[in-house]
Amino acid sequence: MIAIVDYGAGNIFSVKNALDYLGFENKLTNKTQDLIDADAIILPGVGAFPWAMEKLNESGLVDTIKDQSKRKPFLGICLGMQLLFEKSYEFEECDGLGLLKGKVDKIDEPDLVIPHMGWNKLEFTQNCPLFEGLSDDEYVYFVHSYKAFCDDENLYAYCDYGHRVTALVSDGKYIYGAQFHPEKSGQTGLKILENFAKLTVKEGE
Amino acid sequence: MLAKRIIPCLDVRDGKVVKGVNFEGIKEVGDPVQCAYEYNLQGADEIVFYDITASHEGRGVMLDVVRDTAKKVFVPLTVGGGIKTVDDIRDTLRAGADKVSVNSQAVQNPQLIKNGADVFGSQCICVGIDAKKIADNKWTVYINGGRIDMGIDLIDWVKQIEQLGAGEICLNSIDTDGVRGGFDLPMLKAVCSAVNIPVIASGGAGKLADFAEAFIETDCSAALAASLFHFKELTVDQVKADCKSKSIIVR
Repeated sequence: MIAIVDYGAGNIFSVKNALDYLGFENKLTNKTQDLIDADAIILPGVGAFPWAMEKLNESGLVDTIKDQSKRKPFLGICLGMQLLFEKSYEFEECDGLGLLKGKVDKIDEPDLVIPHMGWNKLEFTQNCPLFEGLSDDEYVYFVHSYKAFCDDENLYAYCDYGHRVTALVSDGKYIYGAQFHPEKSGQTGLKILENFAKLTVKEGE
Repeated sequence: MLAKRIIPCLDVRDGKVVKGVNFEGIKEVGDPVQCAYEYNLQGADEIVFYDITASHEGRGVMLDVVRDTAKKVFVPLTVGGGIKTVDDIRDTLRAGADKVSVNSQAVQNPQLIKNGADVFGSQCICVGIDAKKIADNKWTVYINGGRIDMGIDLIDWVKQIEQLGAGEICLNSIDTDGVRGGFDLPMLKAVCSAVNIPVIASGGAGKLADFAEAFIETDCSAALAASLFHFKELTVDQVKADCKSKSIIVR
């Protein structure tokens, strides 16, 4: 079972719809035990970083998330990816989960439309199990105004929007983060979600 | 680089897809969920449902359509028509829409744009506009499906909605809509240079080359069409192949 963390952030139903469509058992939950029992965890999120962090803290799930992300496949989506980092500067300096080194800050492109919204091409920098079966011409759907600044070793894909925009990160073990919405990225996104869900099957064997 | 988007629009009444020509002579063409799924397979970058139902019952049917579509179509969904309040926006997003499109209601109550953007974020508030030419480089804004001239200058209006927090504009030209002679390029150019939010071209696509022409001649981010795709005169992938052959970046 894949646990989708329900801490009051939006778009959880589209993640659930996508997993249902792909045929992977899943559960929207805000319970510690479900995260412990799950084979994998997805942390979705739409909204502002400080607000989401506050909601996560209120949910009492932070310690479990930190612990479980070291034991099983863990995917943060959009704001859920940004929350993986140490700090964000959205409105105010705010601590994140600190599972990956780096920070989240404004997309500073005065000549470009912000938010960065629409389909952009993935530029791969490292091999990753989530990219299995993808071509080198894959577009995914982004909607965001802040981006992650991380170490090269954690960067697996970026896209071009003025400068590089961090698109997919990983610790190389269990933790993954996608700035784009795989659940809204057509066949490419479904493939990425399927690849993630399949990691759990491998883990369970 | 962001890809230019091709967006099929489904006009829906009482849960059925219809398409009017110049907003008249409405003709049924099918099941919206199935149509959306087919567009998804053709490579549509986004799907717009435009609800032309007036009744309260029809509204519920529309949300069911969105709910069912969101279970099998995994590209952004936009729903317009009949959205009057922040609660309407919430209900629509909860049903599975990623964006709402407000039109007449925003003209009559511009605060709806700001309230919606404050609560749900600019990215999910698209403002639809029906406009008609009154002189060279001058257009006014209409409401109620192009029936009532509000006498508001189009350029003033688009600047105002950007300030109110709209995330996107869907610009429909009453003059070119249904005529099939191509998008209204002068109107698109004027709006694209007046605002810094994405503009979707709507109304007038009649042949393959019309889409690429809009992207080459103007800074619009997306192009939308309804009947052309409904009646299968063109498919989304044909349009994309034509754009690609002209060096326009598409998915």
